[in-house]
Amino acid sequence: MTFATYTITDTYYLVLAAMLFTIGAVGVLTRRNVLVMFMCVELMLNAVNLTFVAFAHTLNDVAGQVIVFFTLVVAAAEVAVGLAIIVVIFRRRRHATADDLAALKG
Amino acid sequence: MNSRDVLDLIWIVPVLPLLGSAVLLLFGRRLGEPRAGWLASALMVAAFAMSCWMLGALLGLPADGRLEVHRLFTWLPAGSFSVNVGTQADPLSVIWILLVTGVGSLIHIYSLGYMRGDRLYTRFFAYLNLFAAMMLILVLADNFLLTFLGWEGVGLASYLLISFWYERTSAAVAGKKAFITNRVGDVGFLIAMFLMISTYGTLSYTATGPAAKVIGSGVATAIGLLLFVGAMGKSAQIPLHVWLTDAMEGPTPVSALIHAATMVTAGVFLMCRSHVFLEAGSGTSTVIAWVGAATALLAGLVAVTQPDIKRVLAYSTISQLGYMFLAIGVHAYVAAVFMVLCHAFYKGCLFLGAGSVIHGNAENQDLRIMGAFKKFMPFTAAFMTVAWLAIAGLPPFAGFWSKDDILVNAFGSHSYGVWAVGTVAAIVTGIYMTRLILLTFYGNSRSGAEITVLPVVAGGSDDGHDHPDHTHHADHGDHGFDPDYLPTVQFGETPRESRLHGHAPHESPVVMLFPLGILALLAAVGGLLNLPIGNLDFLGRFLEPVFSSVHETTVSTGTQLTVEAISVVCALAGVLVAFRFYRRGLAAPGHDPIVDGLAPATKVAGHAFYLDEGIAKLVDGPGRAGASWLDRVFDQKIIDGAVNGTGWLFQWKARVLSKAEDGFVRRYALAIILGTTAILLFLLLWAGR
Repeated sequence: MTFATYTITDTYYLVLAAMLFTIGAVGVLTRRNVLVMFMCVELMLNAVNLTFVAFAHTLNDVAGQVIVFFTLVVAAAEVAVGLAIIVVIFRRRRHATADDLAALKG
Repeated sequence: MNSRDVLDLIWIVPVLPLLGSAVLLLFGRRLGEPRAGWLASALMVAAFAMSCWMLGALLGLPADGRLEVHRLFTWLPAGSFSVNVGTQADPLSVIWILLVTGVGSLIHIYSLGYMRGDRLYTRFFAYLNLFAAMMLILVLADNFLLTFLGWEGVGLASYLLISFWYERTSAAVAGKKAFITNRVGDVGFLIAMFLMISTYGTLSYTATGPAAKVIGSGVATAIGLLLFVGAMGKSAQIPLHVWLTDAMEGPTPVSALIHAATMVTAGVFLMCRSHVFLEAGSGTSTVIAWVGAATALLAGLVAVTQPDIKRVLAYSTISQLGYMFLAIGVHAYVAAVFMVLCHAFYKGCLFLGAGSVIHGNAENQDLRIMGAFKKFMPFTAAFMTVAWLAIAGLPPFAGFWSKDDILVNAFGSHSYGVWAVGTVAAIVTGIYMTRLILLTFYGNSRSGAEITVLPVVAGGSDDGHDHPDHTHHADHGDHGFDPDYLPTVQFGETPRESRLHGHAPHESPVVMLFPLGILALLAAVGGLLNLPIGNLDFLGRFLEPVFSSVHETTVSTGTQLTVEAISVVCALAGVLVAFRFYRRGLAAPGHDPIVDGLAPATKVAGHAFYLDEGIAKLVDGPGRAGASWLDRVFDQKIIDGAVNGTGWLFQWKARVLSKAEDGFVRRYALAIILGTTAILLFLLLWAGR
């Protein structure tokens, strides 16, 4: 079969990362549930991580992988704070979608 | 201490009465009646003594070095333009401070007697001192802006003093009228100063003097004319003269000091100070000369018809001021200054004498019910007679020399038109002044007074006569504060009732007669200041450094004597005409021979050519319509519209922009992603080209 002649080059990784990023972006825009929006943001962050690692391999530069560490730390911190906020909001109201959180309207 | 250091102290002269005013305003009530007056008068006499010292110091300097400018501090530092507070001591200002402090002291002393018993005694002296301080600042200033400060200050003091008995409606209205009319003139002064700043960049006298000659005549003409507008307001030239006659509502010492001797001469002073502009401009002097001449004649004609003693003197002042401006218009500045001095002497004497007469006549100012007062007030009569001879222009009294100086200069500089008008005005002057003196002191007695009562001089009005004295003071008090009482007798009014009730009018106390006497003496011998004979023109030579750039008019002795002869003949003619009609007084109080005989011309003149009514119609009609148009269209629609519109504009914008902040989180996320995509596209496709 001709599948044996295919090699997974770096381009495939970039395309995968782009697709993951787009799915995450569309998810943030269209989903109303706050937790799902969070998961989509995480998806976007991971797509970015994948891009960095692919380029690090292509350009033979470790700096790409170091940035991944930074991004993972930032993502972890953001999740912690964000989930804490959501917990507090859910204590107040039973159900809250993103559209209901409009108190900062102005 | 050399002369220049002494002259640097000249700033003390205005500060003395200024301090007096401040003390009297704050502590006057505590000082009480006679002491407040003594303090004010003492400060004025001290200022006079100081002015004499300054004169001595100035004379100690060589004739071409008599100018000492002393800066006290910088008032308005504004980049390259700055204005100082400083004094300029030169012959012109020293003459004026001597005049203001000298005549001012005499009038302060006179007021000690005149205002005795008045409820607002201390306030009077506070205002009088304030006026003197402001007038002194006006003349001692070294730049136009400081002069303007004094200018406005004397306007304020005039307003305060005219409406001194403010509870009376007519007095309050007259004060307002004076201030507002002055203000109209001040617009001219201000615009002239703006022009000076924009053209020369400075307002000081010593700088604008040489500068005026350099820069073109168009600007100089404009500045000269605008300054003249200011002078017209302050010195009551037609058409801004309407305030001076109503200003007679104030106490008579005020009329004497402010409206005869000093404040109204501020306009003349300004013209002298800015003579460079008048010289450099074209046509300015002609305008000034004609306005002066017209004022002199027209005001004189009105004076002939008036039944109120103070009104006659008011119109006379306007007429004499016209003469001074006539002099300025023919470049005879020294003659104008000479006239200022002589006029202060004889007009001051006349006004103080009129005050004496009014006080003696139980506050009644109607000439038609006076008569034969010489028997009751011999000293007042004598002094006023001397002043009358002076103002009519009969030699050897002061008025002859001063008026003649002007007319000779007018003739000699080929301005025959103004000379002719001035000469006719001299005839009219003779007529109205003689009429006043005859109706008051001579002729028949129409006041119902007993002629056998001997006059009382020493000790004054309360010498055992407590009944007339009591009513006299009550009258004075009442009519000071009764809102509807009108002391001024209008033209065409029926003759007033005499309030003497058969008592004789009393002579005034020595404290009032003393200044009268001094002024009468000065009116008699004042001519010695500037005789046109050889070396005796002291004033002319003293003022030479100030007016050195002016082209002197020289007349041959023959022409001079001819013109002088014509003037004497005209003055005598006027006197004799009045004698013919008024020698025996009036046959009946309601029948005035000249007024009734020459009606309707005298009716027009009696109403001052309806100028007052004309101005009132102008302001009420077009003025009011213009103001209401401005209110409706400009103020409400344009200005309010602009302000409200700006607010509305911002509110609308805010409404639009606030839609971007609706708290809708997903919209924010979409905005972020779209924005990022746009930037990426931009970077990929267009940047880096």
